[in-house]
Amino acid sequence: MKSAIIQLPGLNRDRDMIAALTRISGRAPVTVWQTETELPDVDLVVIPGGFSYGDYLRCGAIAARMPVMQAVAEKARQGALIMGVCNGFQVLVEMGLLPGALMRNASLKFVCREVKLEVTNANTAFTRGYQPGQVIRCPVAHHDGNYFADAETLKRIEGEGQVAFRYAEGTNPNGSVNDIAGIVSDSGNVLGMMPHPENLIEAAHGGDDGRALFAGILGKAA
Amino acid sequence: MIKARVTVTLKNGVLDPQGKAIEGALDALGFSSVGSVRQGKVFDLEIEGADRAKAESDLNAMCEKLLANTVIEDYTVSVT
Repeated sequence: MKSAIIQLPGLNRDRDMIAALTRISGRAPVTVWQTETELPDVDLVVIPGGFSYGDYLRCGAIAARMPVMQAVAEKARQGALIMGVCNGFQVLVEMGLLPGALMRNASLKFVCREVKLEVTNANTAFTRGYQPGQVIRCPVAHHDGNYFADAETLKRIEGEGQVAFRYAEGTNPNGSVNDIAGIVSDSGNVLGMMPHPENLIEAAHGGDDGRALFAGILGKAA
Repeated sequence: MIKARVTVTLKNGVLDPQGKAIEGALDALGFSSVGSVRQGKVFDLEIEGADRAKAESDLNAMCEKLLANTVIEDYTVSVT
């Protein structure tokens, strides 16, 4: 599988994501700078985490209006897999590729810790490496991960199985409604999640619970 | 030159933890009469030209496309 990773000023988890994709797929992703207007021929596009444009205006808001994001939206329409982690998730909601919004953590504090995630829907292109209902460990590091959607949207995404990951065992770190940690688009080919699976892929990280996500996407056994 | 002010506020029903924190701090300062605080944003813009109607319509488009996240925020535009 060929992948691309979007780079913007202020992102800082791009190297971790490149390392994860390279180790698990055996092939380095193509890096694409924000001013590009076309994406290479790839099956997976990743928007990594960080603080694009210093989180000015709203997290992900400026990044979402950069030229490359039109190409990302076009790829999404064509059915390619798009994954946004942390700031990448914030960018995807700002682009309107995913429903809802990510607001300041309810505690008002930046959280950097490990949480438990329930794989709520293991039947997506991104979560098929896991068992339904499986609980995994995953690190989070963010200030604005408090997922919000109005009641009607919430009902729809819950009903359609668009909630991919939920914070489990009382570890919701940010006040997200329904403990939502990650969602997929109604078409199923766009995933946004606040936790960082790329930071838990080998023993040296203290665990490899994130590995099955990449392995699942890449169509390999975990 | 047209001067304009855009005000962006959270929609009713959207929790505002920052407003809550400010509310608590005001209370700590002795302003016990404060019932609630909602935090918002203000943008002051200078628009070239003299066509106020066009400026207003452009400003609304700017709010829809960038200045506000209409999932969680409302906006008002005032041209002075």
